[in-house]
Amino acid sequence: MAEAITGWPDDVYTELDAAGIRQVSYVPDAGHSRLIQRCRSNRAMRTVSLTTEEEGVAMGLGAWLGGVRHVLLLQSSGVGNTINMLAAPIEMRVPLLMLVTMRGEWAEFNPWQLPMGQGTRAALESVGTLVYAVDRADEIAETVAAAARIAFNTGRVVAVLIGQRAIGAKTWNK
Amino acid sequence: MTPEKAAKKNPVRARKLLRRELVEAILARRGDALVVTGLGTTCYDVFSVGDNPLNFYNWAGMGGAAMVALGLALAQPKRRVLCITGDGEMLMGLGSLATIACEKPKNLSIVVMDNEHYVETGMQGTHTGRGVDLAAMAKGAGFAIATNVTNEVAFRRALSLIHGNAGPVFVNVKVSPAQPPMTLPMRDGPYIRSRFRDALLGPEIAHPTMVPSAT
Repeated sequence: MAEAITGWPDDVYTELDAAGIRQVSYVPDAGHSRLIQRCRSNRAMRTVSLTTEEEGVAMGLGAWLGGVRHVLLLQSSGVGNTINMLAAPIEMRVPLLMLVTMRGEWAEFNPWQLPMGQGTRAALESVGTLVYAVDRADEIAETVAAAARIAFNTGRVVAVLIGQRAIGAKTWNK
Repeated sequence: MTPEKAAKKNPVRARKLLRRELVEAILARRGDALVVTGLGTTCYDVFSVGDNPLNFYNWAGMGGAAMVALGLALAQPKRRVLCITGDGEMLMGLGSLATIACEKPKNLSIVVMDNEHYVETGMQGTHTGRGVDLAAMAKGAGFAIATNVTNEVAFRRALSLIHGNAGPVFVNVKVSPAQPPMTLPMRDGPYIRSRFRDALLGPEIAHPTMVPSAT
């Protein structure tokens, strides 16, 4: 990773906690590393590592049926895996919050990340997900707070796309 | 091989268990358990023999039933959660066996009605008819309780595991691909959601009212 990550993961964690999130599922990503660590250290949050991203969509639906708020942490490459599963929460008006760290855009070095990275927003919107993209580190936490509010108050699936400009692009070859 | 040919070749396998009767037997003992169905036939079975507000009828997201059940089981640790799904649906979500085995929810039972066919789409064979053993895969993932059931006696024994206090439980039941008459459940997603949440959480939580602040 480049060194761009600063305090925003801690601020995002604070917002998730304040929004009453009690289940956190994730497919690990470097950009989510600090946030996962913070959630794991909160005993009131159940953190679940997934084998693939669509598991988290189904799990979030079950959590809501059971009265618990869920967040799914994933990388943009995993968004493609979630599309068919999103039909259930979207058609049921079940709220789900997804925090997506981006690859395949700003200063990307790996060309294989481009197709899914460039298609992330279109793929999510094609099935009815509300999408908020954020490229400035100081706007990430407030965007997550707003996304949580609209998701849980209006019964919508909402994705926040956290850009590489904010995270810091992976730089193995400068 | 068609089920008819298989029956001629091996008469013991011809006396297959009937899915509908098994689902009825499971639901008769459900108590206050929460039920998550798979897609297609298991969804219709559960509705046909045991409609209940605490049933989640799954109409989309093939491969997700076990994970819906996990989310629910972790959200409601004091309630038994039963996932009743089919072999085709389970095959599409095999990774979830690994995830569930790692989380070890004591209150979750997964029951696969394994008819070795995709009945909905024209009776194409699934991998379980070609040697794939879902219970062995669950065991390999780390389920402490994972078993195959092929006859009535074993099914009766499995019932106490399904409704027990230990878990997670994985029971794969070999059943006939015969399709009994069925009734389709309601399809309105928000209704299925709200009916379930009202019954489980109460209307105050499911549909909170609000007094606006004076400002």
